[in-house]
Amino acid sequence: MMYPRLFKRRPGRIPGFGLTMGITLTYLGLLVLIPLTGLIVKTSEMTFAEYWATVTEPRVMASFRLSIFGSLLSASINLVFGFIVAWVLVRYSFPGRKVVDALVDLPFAMPTAVSGIALTALLAGNGWLGRYLEPLGIRGAFSRFGVIVALTFIGLPFVVRTLQPALADLEPEIEEAAASLGAGRFTTVRRVIIPGVLPAALTGFALAFARAVGEYGSVVFISGNMPMKTEIAPLLIITKLEQYDYAGATAIALTLLGFSFVMLLIVNLLQVWSSSRAR
Amino acid sequence: MAGSTAMNFSGAGRRVTSPSTRDPAWVRWTLTIVALGFLALFLVLPLIVVFAEALREGMGAYLASFNDRDLLSAVKLTLIAAGVAVPLNVVFGLCAAWAITKFHFPGRALLITLIDLPFAVSPVVAGLIFVLVFGLQGWLGPWLLERDIKIIFAIPGIILVTMFITFPFVARELIPLMEEQGTEEEQAAMTLGAGGWTIFRRVTLPNVRWALLYGVILCNARAMGEFGAVSVVSGHIRGETNTLPLHVEILYNEYSFVAAFATATILTLLALVTLVLKSIVEHRVRSQMRRAAEESMA
Repeated sequence: MMYPRLFKRRPGRIPGFGLTMGITLTYLGLLVLIPLTGLIVKTSEMTFAEYWATVTEPRVMASFRLSIFGSLLSASINLVFGFIVAWVLVRYSFPGRKVVDALVDLPFAMPTAVSGIALTALLAGNGWLGRYLEPLGIRGAFSRFGVIVALTFIGLPFVVRTLQPALADLEPEIEEAAASLGAGRFTTVRRVIIPGVLPAALTGFALAFARAVGEYGSVVFISGNMPMKTEIAPLLIITKLEQYDYAGATAIALTLLGFSFVMLLIVNLLQVWSSSRAR
Repeated sequence: MAGSTAMNFSGAGRRVTSPSTRDPAWVRWTLTIVALGFLALFLVLPLIVVFAEALREGMGAYLASFNDRDLLSAVKLTLIAAGVAVPLNVVFGLCAAWAITKFHFPGRALLITLIDLPFAVSPVVAGLIFVLVFGLQGWLGPWLLERDIKIIFAIPGIILVTMFITFPFVARELIPLMEEQGTEEEQAAMTLGAGGWTIFRRVTLPNVRWALLYGVILCNARAMGEFGAVSVVSGHIRGETNTLPLHVEILYNEYSFVAAFATATILTLLALVTLVLKSIVEHRVRSQMRRAAEESMA
């Protein structure tokens, strides 16, 4: 269905290509590409052994472990609850549904520093939620628990917003067919609905995961920033910078950057997969 | 990338009504309660707690927190950073969308990916790359020092990272819509003798105005709220290089909790206004997109 439009467009007839392309490339080059190259140049001043020594320091390794496993866990929590939220918002109607739907974007709209102090106030020992967690032996704030809560908060919209259109696009006829063939509701969900939205679910998961790994603002307040325990990788970059250890900061940053590119690649592949399934 | 797919859609499609595909009442009730409970816990409570903490010592203490010269300069700097970054990214977004959607050229897909790049980069890493270019130890550091130009730990650095972080917002709202709208209307205007600028102003701009506004809303919210990247390049000089989110951090770390949360209420209100505007404009963007899709089918 792409062909007709492709032929209708005649390149070069509309004016302004030179001007707009020139501005686009200049701006992109100056603001994004040259600074990013700076990072690569800085790293090339380091030998691989030096790079490796930095990123395998126990404190750095611990921060990577927390960033990656914490993000995986929070993205998984979001996958489960995000699916339920998206399902309820798409399939059911209840008073205030529109307001709830708009609210899902709050973690995007709220500055991360504000989310950070708000979550800390909630989960601290004397906070509204923290005081109920304490007797259960859970430290809400200044703990790994707090880090995971903050990462879950920040990732929620990604899962909900990628699942919503996928759930809305499911053909009701297929569900009806499954039901008329004798499938129970549970079987229909398991065999028809979940496979149908799997690419979207994985995309949302990957986006939430990628965002959580790089997240800084909402985590620094609640984590307490204890080395080896609750220190996330982005924070360690800032710590190294404050100690004027530019090489160390760069090594960690490059690792995070490489990680985000892999995630970007995975998300793009998932998109290709889901569009090839749609056809 | 991040923020992108997620921001583009919201709201439900058609509802399923056929009895065979309807969940039983107890399932509906349980799932609705679980979903609303989760959202209340994770979204509504943090929202309320900001105001509760700010008003903890009463209205008087809350209002007194705003009587702070450093707060005023933080507001000013935040407005400056957003005031520079948003218009520049609007110009860039319009140019990029025009070049990408009105013409065919090799490397188009690569260009779109490169525009999305700042979304994939951790804010802290974004700040760091500017330190590596403009900082004292950086690429241009010695050259800048000779000429007594300060970028890092000064206002230009804050503006630069804000521009970097919010770079893709406008372009990525415009590209899909302009792609769907095609070039027929512009071609028609050309046959009627209109020049490039006139076509853009009279045909293209009215066609994309809602998507443009949508991009501006998201871009502005992020520009005013950015924390991590700005924190790396700001140097935290009170009254000089502090934006509103950084001011919240400083007050909080000084244990001035009421003042910190009072400042946070300004940013929270900004977030709520953003959400309201966003849901109003989103509706119009979607209907514009649908119209374009129907026209290109016809």
